[in-house]
Amino acid sequence: MNVVFWILAVITVFGGLTAVTLKNTVHCALALTVAFAGLALLFLQLDAQFAGFAQILVYIGAVAILVVFAILLTRGSETPSEGVFSHTWFSGLLIAAAVFAVLAWAVLNSTAALPHVSSAPTVSVQQIGSALMGRYVLPLEIVALLLTAAMLGAVMVALHEKGEQK
Amino acid sequence: MTPLAGYLLVAALLFAIGLAGALTRRNAILVLIGIELMLNAANLNLVAFWRYGPHPELLTGMMFAIFSIAVAAAEAAVGLGLVIAIYRHVRTTDLDEINRMKG
Repeated sequence: MNVVFWILAVITVFGGLTAVTLKNTVHCALALTVAFAGLALLFLQLDAQFAGFAQILVYIGAVAILVVFAILLTRGSETPSEGVFSHTWFSGLLIAAAVFAVLAWAVLNSTAALPHVSSAPTVSVQQIGSALMGRYVLPLEIVALLLTAAMLGAVMVALHEKGEQK
Repeated sequence: MTPLAGYLLVAALLFAIGLAGALTRRNAILVLIGIELMLNAANLNLVAFWRYGPHPELLTGMMFAIFSIAVAAAEAAVGLGLVIAIYRHVRTTDLDEINRMKG
């Protein structure tokens, strides 16, 4: 466990925590970007360069921008007068704490069973490309179909309805 | 504590934060942000198990994470499109006020 990991872990968790607790929705989106960047750096720390850069491109480049667009289109940055948390916030917090307690208990109690091979794997982008075009070609095609369908679906759903008063 | 346990704990904490956000916020967009955080925590688990697993040269865990990132992008686009459609219909994104199934 080196220092870099702890710094990145603190950045990521802090970003996530501020993303769900801040009042202003735009600030939440910015904090979410910090959490995504921390996760991308954690991927790089795990020698998964391709996944790390894909995370930066997809999440910071696309998803965060989509969230900001949605906030602007729905005027979500206006803080409601009755508070930002739902009236059932206490049970939600309780469920989340229980889930974390169970997960942490499981992780800490199974350290003997967890694998701990520490030699860094050497993975080139060429290997990933060959795997995507060879062993994983069917999932790749399905993902391509899914992305096309999702794009068309998102446009259809968000399209203006005819005869709707503006 | 082994390195893998550290990564798993960070992922568990991030998942719990995302779950808390999805369950406690009123704004639909913030609920989607919570879901994105949970998906990312799962990705971190996949990559960590790939890195410290017995056969990292097979690339299984990393491929899972990459496909999961692609599916999450599709989910975000459709989810935010739905939020915008609901906003145009009922003029709010407050989930406590969206309590009718009738249009």
